Amino acid sequence: MSASIELDNVCCDFGNFRAVDHVNVTIQPGEFFSFLGPSGCGKTTILRMISGFTEPTGGVIRIGGKDVSGLRPNQRPTALIFQNLALFPLMTIWENIAFGLEVRGVDKVTRRKRAEELLALVDLHDSADKMVSQLSGGQKQRVAIARALAVEPAVMLLDEPLSALDLKLRQHMRAELRAIQKRTGVTFIYITHDQGEALAMSDRVGVMSQGRLQQVAGPRDIYNNPVNGFVASFVGENNILKGDVQNASEGRASFSTAIGTFTAKLPDSSAGKDLKLYIRPEHVILSAKPGAENSVPVTLTEVAFEGNFISVHAVTENGTDLVAELRNDGAGSVPTPGTQMHMTFDAANSSLLPDSTTAGA
Amino acid sequence: MQDLYRRYGKGLTWAFIGLTFFWLAVLVILPDFTLFESSFRPYLPISEVGGPKDTYSINNYLRIFGGEVAMNIFGLDVMISPRVKVFLYTIWYSGMVTFVTFLIAYPLSYYLAKVVSPKSLPTLFLLLFVPLWVSEVLRSFAWWIILAFKGPLNGVLMALGVIEKEIRWIDGYSPVIVGLVYTYVLFMLFPLYNAMQSLDSNQIEAADDLGAPWWRIHWRVILPHAKPGIASGAVMVFMLSAGSLLVPAVLGSTTSGWFTQTIQGIMLEEQDWNSGAAFAFMLLIVCTLVVSLAMWIFRVKLSDIAK
Ligand SMILES: Nc1ncnc2c1ncn2[C@@H]1O[C@H](COP(=O)(O)OP(=O)(O)OP(=O)(O)O)[C@@H](O)[C@H]1O
Ligand SMILES: [Mg+2]
Repeated sequence: MSASIELDNVCCDFGNFRAVDHVNVTIQPGEFFSFLGPSGCGKTTILRMISGFTEPTGGVIRIGGKDVSGLRPNQRPTALIFQNLALFPLMTIWENIAFGLEVRGVDKVTRRKRAEELLALVDLHDSADKMVSQLSGGQKQRVAIARALAVEPAVMLLDEPLSALDLKLRQHMRAELRAIQKRTGVTFIYITHDQGEALAMSDRVGVMSQGRLQQVAGPRDIYNNPVNGFVASFVGENNILKGDVQNASEGRASFSTAIGTFTAKLPDSSAGKDLKLYIRPEHVILSAKPGAENSVPVTLTEVAFEGNFISVHAVTENGTDLVAELRNDGAGSVPTPGTQMHMTFDAANSSLLPDSTTAGA
Repeated sequence: MQDLYRRYGKGLTWAFIGLTFFWLAVLVILPDFTLFESSFRPYLPISEVGGPKDTYSINNYLRIFGGEVAMNIFGLDVMISPRVKVFLYTIWYSGMVTFVTFLIAYPLSYYLAKVVSPKSLPTLFLLLFVPLWVSEVLRSFAWWIILAFKGPLNGVLMALGVIEKEIRWIDGYSPVIVGLVYTYVLFMLFPLYNAMQSLDSNQIEAADDLGAPWWRIHWRVILPHAKPGIASGAVMVFMLSAGSLLVPAVLGSTTSGWFTQTIQGIMLEEQDWNSGAAFAFMLLIVCTLVVSLAMWIFRVKLSDIAK
């Protein structure tokens, strides 16, 4: 069971403050969709509007094609997992999970049986009679998921459910969540400010900033083809260069900067705007000899060994700082600071982007 | 203790301990113990105190059983002594006062803790406190005026056409209950408000999201969470009501006796402090038993209340 979610020009105002600004997106049935954005950008507000705790001040929300405005949270086929989980501390684990069934008048034996099935689904055997306070963070997490799944929602809404866990557990729970979603086929709408989490788990990601949806795309596109500087910077590191577009044709352009002229991708959406050049550090090629094009001579200033990669900071003749990331191939050829080298930006991995897309775009 | 020592130094620490000890020993335990001791001794003229007749016995306690009147207990007609009758009524109606204060305080504290916007809270609390600025005597007399036969309540009801003839409100226990509820409702409200305030609103929303109707949210989530608050409020209201002297004196009638009035009568009118003390301890013990029984029934632990 799963349903599509359609946000049609949805807005939400708190007094004079617009927390959500004309959000348009259609989430497919059975999709794992993430809203990604910095703190305060309106993610929780979107989730609360979908679940029915907050009414949009503009636009329409449709669940499974049906307009849900005016429906109470308990009338919507959604289940919300709160940022702080909100388990009932005075009930046992199985009572927590079966609460939605208890409300629906299911008898106790069936409730208990169903709770145990759900506990098995989330890999928590033998905990049915424990109290919430006896569980670890990750286990509480799973109980919250089981409790939400018990009412067989068509849509699960998850508000940063992993943010309170430590790194190892978080990574484990990512895979777990993804597996549960696959097993149940329920539409998951997931909220996070952790780009790694969003990219690793989702079918598609919607990146938000200040109440606006900046870009909706698959994780690879979000990372490799961001539509603007905000998205590019939020999901990863960048070398950013100011300059002017010289001549543009067929999605490419020459861009003259203080450290030379470079050829780069010019996405259609960028045409006619104030642009900057974005190159990700891991796409920078570092070599002793200059490349065929898009090369600039640099002096290495700092080399940091990070384990799986080596971060190389360098400075050009006119003092512009650049960063490159080299994969640690294990061979041991780590460059030393002070060396004169060349940095080359592959045109296919360099993008000309505006700072942010304007309202309503 | 160590902490006090470090923070306030030797002098102040001993001053604190000394004062606490003085309060507890000299102002609480000593007089109570003296009364307790005298409750087992007979009431004698001064000249015979310490004489051969001054021996310990439970005769004072047995004085509660003098005489016989009819009383209807849950449909059963029984003959009991008038003092026991007043005693039972006092316990029963104190319980009723406790229940009514709960019925009033629960929705009110829920409203204050979870519905009202934090901005208007100070104003609302101020409104709740204003009646406390007026002394208990004046408040009781105010109710006496309101409920009087030719008073404003009957006047308003007649003007509205709700009733045709004045109703004699000050009759039986009803005005006493009204007065006690009014006097002690805040003692129920504040612990309840505190308990509800500490409940995470997300839990209410989570229950709502899972499909629970409002009454089930209260029954399964809010009420269990508020239980310690209810318990401490109930203990206070029950004890204060059972021990109240002023409200029954002002709002009572010939048909409503309160056990504290019985005690007062014996102590001040008969000057028999020994029997008075015995009756007072009986009230204290039975009230404590009732409270313990209620706590056992509702599965509340003493440590929950102390929180
Ligand atoms: N009830 C409210 N009244 C007024 N302003 C609100 C209310 N709820 C949220 N806001 C504001 O709306 C903005 C978006 O809030 P929201 O909770 O959606 O952020 P978020 O993206 O979930 O942030 P976080 O990652 O910190 O949880 C914030 O600036 C917040 O201050
Ligand atoms: Mg949030």
